[in-house]
Amino acid sequence: MENFYLEETSKTPKLSFNAETGRFLMSGRSIPENSIEFYRPLFEWLDEYVQKPAPQTAFDIQLEYFNTSSSKCLVEIFRRLEKINSQNIVINWYYEEDDEDMQESGEDFKEIIDIEIKLNVLES
Amino acid sequence: MDSTLNIQHYYQQMQSNAVVMSYKGAASGKLLDSLITVAQAKLAEIEPKRMVKKKVFSVLVEILQNIHHHFNNVDLEALQEDDAIMFVFAKNGENYSVITGNFILSAEVEALKGRIDAVNLLSTEEIKDRYREVLGTGEISDKGGAGLGIIDIARKSGGKLQYDFSKHNDKFSFFSLTVNISAT
Repeated sequence: MENFYLEETSKTPKLSFNAETGRFLMSGRSIPENSIEFYRPLFEWLDEYVQKPAPQTAFDIQLEYFNTSSSKCLVEIFRRLEKINSQNIVINWYYEEDDEDMQESGEDFKEIIDIEIKLNVLES
Repeated sequence: MDSTLNIQHYYQQMQSNAVVMSYKGAASGKLLDSLITVAQAKLAEIEPKRMVKKKVFSVLVEILQNIHHHFNNVDLEALQEDDAIMFVFAKNGENYSVITGNFILSAEVEALKGRIDAVNLLSTEEIKDRYREVLGTGEISDKGGAGLGIIDIARKSGGKLQYDFSKHNDKFSFFSLTVNISAT
């Protein structure tokens, strides 16, 4: 299957999802007015990916900000990834050392999602 | 909440002290976008601390986008009101205030009031739990929905949300919201 790639904009993150290597990256900002519309193509791509995932999937998330409608979409993304055998997937959540809000957001998802989420401090 | 809370009064008061920016006029998704962009530039000028800048900006985005979701339901032609929204962004010492006013359907007043009251009753820890609960179980909708925006605004700002509703006519009410964001 094809990789999923989108460049970053001032309101939407960079999305780089490689089906072959299982390396996923989301970085930048996610504050679109209509998040569902923005993320829908990615949901569809993931629906296909989880049918036949790479041996290991590693998803790096380095978001600067996101709005609440994006956080709903992140849950939707993670719910799809929960279909992958839990030993074969890891989510790396990055935050800046003094960014308590982003750290707490990582903890929120850790609480809700049934996938290993590693919280990592970004080296500045 | 204080029933004397009056956005006109606040607006005047704010004009005289620490207004970073204010807007009163027509509303549209594009306009809210521009307000977000200008607010971000202003914030970059006045706030030296990166993390404070980040927090204030993310609360601002949430407040303005929340308004957008509400006025999606408002037929602006039926409203016949040029000044559909009001927005004041002020800095008081170290802290920030965001005051917004917008029309909503009167039929939505009770539900919105109930959601804000419910959040205002919660402690910091309870707000966090509530956020997780709604985030984990809430249905996804085109509106973002389930009141997650209000919970997020309360959580990030770290204070109680002050609001007022006043009846405009049979169909519409004016909703004003004051959010104080602690910078410490």
